[in-house]
Amino acid sequence: MADAAVKAAEAGAGGAARAAGARAAAGHRARRAARRVWVYALLWLGIVIMVMPFLWMVTTSLKSPIEILTFPPTWIPTGQFVRGADGEWREVYVASRDGRAGTAVVRPAEGGPAMTVPLDELHNRVRFRFGNYAAAWRQAPFARYYLNTVFVVLCTLAGQLVTSCLAAYAFARMRFPGRDAVFLLFLSMMMVPEPVYLVPSYIILAKFGWIDTYQAMIVPWLAYIFSIFLLRQHFKTIPNDLYDAAIIDGCSRFAFLWRIVLPLSKATLAAVSIFTVVSTWNSFLWPLVMTNTPSVRPLQVGLARFAQEQGTNHELMMAAAVFSIAPLVVAYFMAQKQIIQSLATSGIKG
Amino acid sequence: MDPATAVLYLVPAAAIIAVFRLAPIASAFLVSFFDVRMGRLRGFIGLAHYTRLFQDPVFWSSLGTTAYYVIGVVPLSLFLALFAAVLLNQRIRALGFYRTVYFLPVVTSLVAVSVVWKWIFHPRLGLLNYVITLSGGRALQWLEEPRGVFDMIAGAAGWTWWPGWLAGPSLALVAVVIVSVWRGIGYNIVIFLAGLQNIPDQYYEAARIDGASPRQMFWRITWPLLSPTTFYVLLSTTIVSFQVFTQIYLMTGPPIGGPMGTTKVTVYYLFEKGFDAGGNMGYASAVALVLFAIILSLTLLQRRVVEQRVHY
Repeated sequence: MADAAVKAAEAGAGGAARAAGARAAAGHRARRAARRVWVYALLWLGIVIMVMPFLWMVTTSLKSPIEILTFPPTWIPTGQFVRGADGEWREVYVASRDGRAGTAVVRPAEGGPAMTVPLDELHNRVRFRFGNYAAAWRQAPFARYYLNTVFVVLCTLAGQLVTSCLAAYAFARMRFPGRDAVFLLFLSMMMVPEPVYLVPSYIILAKFGWIDTYQAMIVPWLAYIFSIFLLRQHFKTIPNDLYDAAIIDGCSRFAFLWRIVLPLSKATLAAVSIFTVVSTWNSFLWPLVMTNTPSVRPLQVGLARFAQEQGTNHELMMAAAVFSIAPLVVAYFMAQKQIIQSLATSGIKG
Repeated sequence: MDPATAVLYLVPAAAIIAVFRLAPIASAFLVSFFDVRMGRLRGFIGLAHYTRLFQDPVFWSSLGTTAYYVIGVVPLSLFLALFAAVLLNQRIRALGFYRTVYFLPVVTSLVAVSVVWKWIFHPRLGLLNYVITLSGGRALQWLEEPRGVFDMIAGAAGWTWWPGWLAGPSLALVAVVIVSVWRGIGYNIVIFLAGLQNIPDQYYEAARIDGASPRQMFWRITWPLLSPTTFYVLLSTTIVSFQVFTQIYLMTGPPIGGPMGTTKVTVYYLFEKGFDAGGNMGYASAVALVLFAIILSLTLLQRRVVEQRVHY
């Protein structure tokens, strides 16, 4: 801001002009300040729009089924409480209200006979129903879904790293007939969208007898062209002199890859891994088509099933949504910079 | 350098890719010439799937719906992301905070996002209608509204007569568009921001000394120098949008693709034909290939048209 003033002052030449310049600078500064207020206001509007659905999800997941149905909706989950003779707060469900008599018929939440209490003894208090999470978790085999997803993600990640590193190393460091043609073929296959190979892949997997198995979700993704591409690009940046020196010192080709290339490629390996984990964790259409029983069904397909079965139990659906995104969201907040960078360099699957 | 070693390194990846990418892609064409029911080949039928496809009104309407969706998502996402990125590129304090929050939906699963948004769009109890009525608006049916939005706007403006072909996408489809833009915008913002930060400061300083206005600086410096980034964002958003499936599968219906089929996009139609109703996989493959042809030719067209204007 100071240099703007200086520039404005410089623009005006001479003593008389300097005063006018200072006035102009003050106006300029005010305009810039107003502009900045606008910028921050718009950015915060963006924040509200991005965060609101998440807040709504969490707050809904902590409400009672009755509270879900109240309109206007509440942001903070509440319950009705009555204070007992012993001074303890007891939660009650209101069965009916009689406005004229000023009483309400309530049932204690922990069970017991219905009772009539004066309306002014009925209090609203904050009540987070964490029990919804347990209920959602029990109503579908979510533990199984979770294990399935974790297993599929780990296998895919491990396999993909091995195959990609080897292939990328071959493409980057070795000379063999047809290398560039094969690489080009790989790249061109990358352009083909998933729906195109979905049906033939199903037929091939069915021929193997793999429909509704872990293999159907893991094996086809054990090699991923984009990972090979990214690693190859990075391996190419490692200078040839390093390679020559290592070979002269008696280093084998594999040892060079293992001891020198890979340690130098940690950032790219991290990017590839993050991309693989996120896209495998979130993948939906493929496992939806390739699985049909809960025993191998991954989390996303399980959540979709659950949402379609639950219909109106929004609090359970939101609880299930929370625990299906939780691991990635926690990881994201711990390493957001790296995750953003990795996903931005490798592109995302819609 | 002996080729045998190279082959050894290449074999694991190449075998997987040959069996699970190359073979499926190559046989996609083949499958579309056969009568295939639930993974079982029943005989060669030539171009019959294609001739049926081109007379299939549901297929055509699914293409139209997809086109509406793409035309909704791509410009909106592009414009909003560029706008946000330009705002963020002005020496903002705690830039990382904004970027982190805007990017958050990209990491969350599309299934969870769709489930949450369906609840937000709930006609009676949803958050969105609450916000709208709070600010004096009229509650809408959102995902349950089959009427076209132009038709609705015309109706609200008091025009009683409105041509059917100008009804536009249903409000339900617009709701899906909103979700997709919300979910994908963070990615585009990050890409745009990286592009903006690559533009050297000297250009702006020189322009400022010459007395250029911010608007001139944007159109004469930022826009042309950002064009490779814009081109990339345009292309990737278009390609992804043509393949929309998850949001439709989870947010619309029952029956999925509703109300009145106004959100039945092509990939959902493919899924329905190939895996849901009888498993007519040859037909589904034909649908996939026509969609692919459209995506490919649009990509090439964009490349042709835009490339002349992109400054690398």
